[in-house]
Amino acid sequence: MNWILDNLDLMLELTLQHIRLSLPPIILGFLISVPLGWVAYRFQLTRGFLLTVAGLLYTIPSLALFVILPPILGISFLSEINITIALTIYAVAILTRSVADALGSVDPAVRDCATAMGYGPWRRFWTVEFPLAGPVTLAGLRVAAVSTVSLVTVGILIGVQSLGYLFTNGLQRRILVEVFAGVVLVVLVALLIDALLAMAGRRLMPWAPRPRSSRRLALRGSAAPE
Amino acid sequence: MIEFRSVTKRFPDGTVAVDDFSLVLPSHKTTVLVGSSGSGKTTLLRMVNRMVDPSSGSIEIDGEDTSTLEPVALRRRIGYVMQNSGLLPHLKVLDNVATVPVLNGVPRREARQQALTLLDTVGLDRALADRYPSQLSGGQQQRVGVARGLAADPNILLMDEPFGAVDPIVRDELQQELIRLQRELGKTVVFVTHDIDEAFLLGDQVVILEQGGRIAQVGSPTEIMEAPASDFVASFIGADRGKRALSIRKTEHGFILVDGEGRAAGVLVGTADAG
Ligand SMILES: Nc1ncnc2c1ncn2[C@@H]1O[C@H](COP(=O)(O)OP(=O)(O)O)[C@@H](O)[C@H]1O
Ligand SMILES: [Mg+2]
Repeated sequence: MNWILDNLDLMLELTLQHIRLSLPPIILGFLISVPLGWVAYRFQLTRGFLLTVAGLLYTIPSLALFVILPPILGISFLSEINITIALTIYAVAILTRSVADALGSVDPAVRDCATAMGYGPWRRFWTVEFPLAGPVTLAGLRVAAVSTVSLVTVGILIGVQSLGYLFTNGLQRRILVEVFAGVVLVVLVALLIDALLAMAGRRLMPWAPRPRSSRRLALRGSAAPE
Repeated sequence: MIEFRSVTKRFPDGTVAVDDFSLVLPSHKTTVLVGSSGSGKTTLLRMVNRMVDPSSGSIEIDGEDTSTLEPVALRRRIGYVMQNSGLLPHLKVLDNVATVPVLNGVPRREARQQALTLLDTVGLDRALADRYPSQLSGGQQQRVGVARGLAADPNILLMDEPFGAVDPIVRDELQQELIRLQRELGKTVVFVTHDIDEAFLLGDQVVILEQGGRIAQVGSPTEIMEAPASDFVASFIGADRGKRALSIRKTEHGFILVDGEGRAAGVLVGTADAG
């Protein structure tokens, strides 16, 4: 316990750093997945290909990805960009399928009805199909967010500071409390971001039925690559 | 006036949904297309606003070939009401009704104001304006659907089995409401149903369809009932089962009308003026 009281500053600093590292991959992953998911949804031919590639990407161990990316992209091993890109790839891998499924979940009758009223394709997508795909997309986004938060810890192995530091440092110095504090803080950060997303969803989609399944999905997301 | 000229629709999978269909639908009248499921009713309706384009033949609205008109603009000036209301679930009732005017560039405030008046027109409480469609009953949703179809004050109103999914009592109400509205507004209504009684109730002109959109008979309800053109029509309207052949039977209290099987169909109260 003493260790915790003596290191509150360190824990706060690492938590903020962890959040700072988590947000860009979640946001970038989302932005990239919308057009990709749309292509997968819209064109049957690309669907299988895109979703298979996305699925395969997700199976690459994260440490391997951290090591492969720098020589390919010409960036430093220890750079934060390395982490951001690798975790964005994982987020895209999860979210592309979510977005494709979400667009597929929109009732065709509602789509027809928007067409019948005189929505052009562009406007129909952004003001009808995309919002109605929101609940399923959000469920995927929550999985991606939780997964990203847990994956950020692995960055410590290539020297990028995050709550992962508490794992490695605690193990080296055999301070179990430190490791334990790290685990709890990672879970708290994940729950915090997940809760914020859920809240934003209720705010933005007051019309949606409250889904109980999204929580289950979010938990499944912790089975992320190591 | 809407005119179909030898219209055929063959879908990419080879299904011929409509085969060489020709018909004139007079302005300010209600034309009902009635036929069993798969007879091409929806396809015919959707060819009017170009949600489906004919494989051959043409459709004219007031003498203008629709294939020369821009589909999105065309749809905005034709009302469309579908089964299960087809309301946008993420928009409140008022915004659903205001959708088409907003698409047409009417300022949102003005469109919503006008939408409130339309709720009155279709007999809906203004208190429902702020609800989402899922918070309404089936009958209320259909009324909103009708209000939305009328919002841009279109000359033409397309209705695809709009009352098919509500219970009989509510359906009765909605039908009466539509008759009242049509008396006031005089739109050119194209109404699709599989219910022959609904067709006879609402239609000035009734079109009985067989598979492939083939016309079995066109005429006023009176004409069709007086002289079914074929066995198919007779069976479709129930004439072969005696449902349309009523006779008068004297009872202790007066006269009742009975159908061919002797079941009571109504009471006799006098003679109606023809027409
Ligand atoms: N998009 C489509 N592709 C292939 N076949 C279709 C399509 N739409 C309708 N059909 C077929 O065309 C026929 C007529 O359909 P429809 O117009 O919906 O009939 P109705 O509205 O009278 O039930 C049916 O056999 C239906 O299966
Ligand atoms: Mg139909």
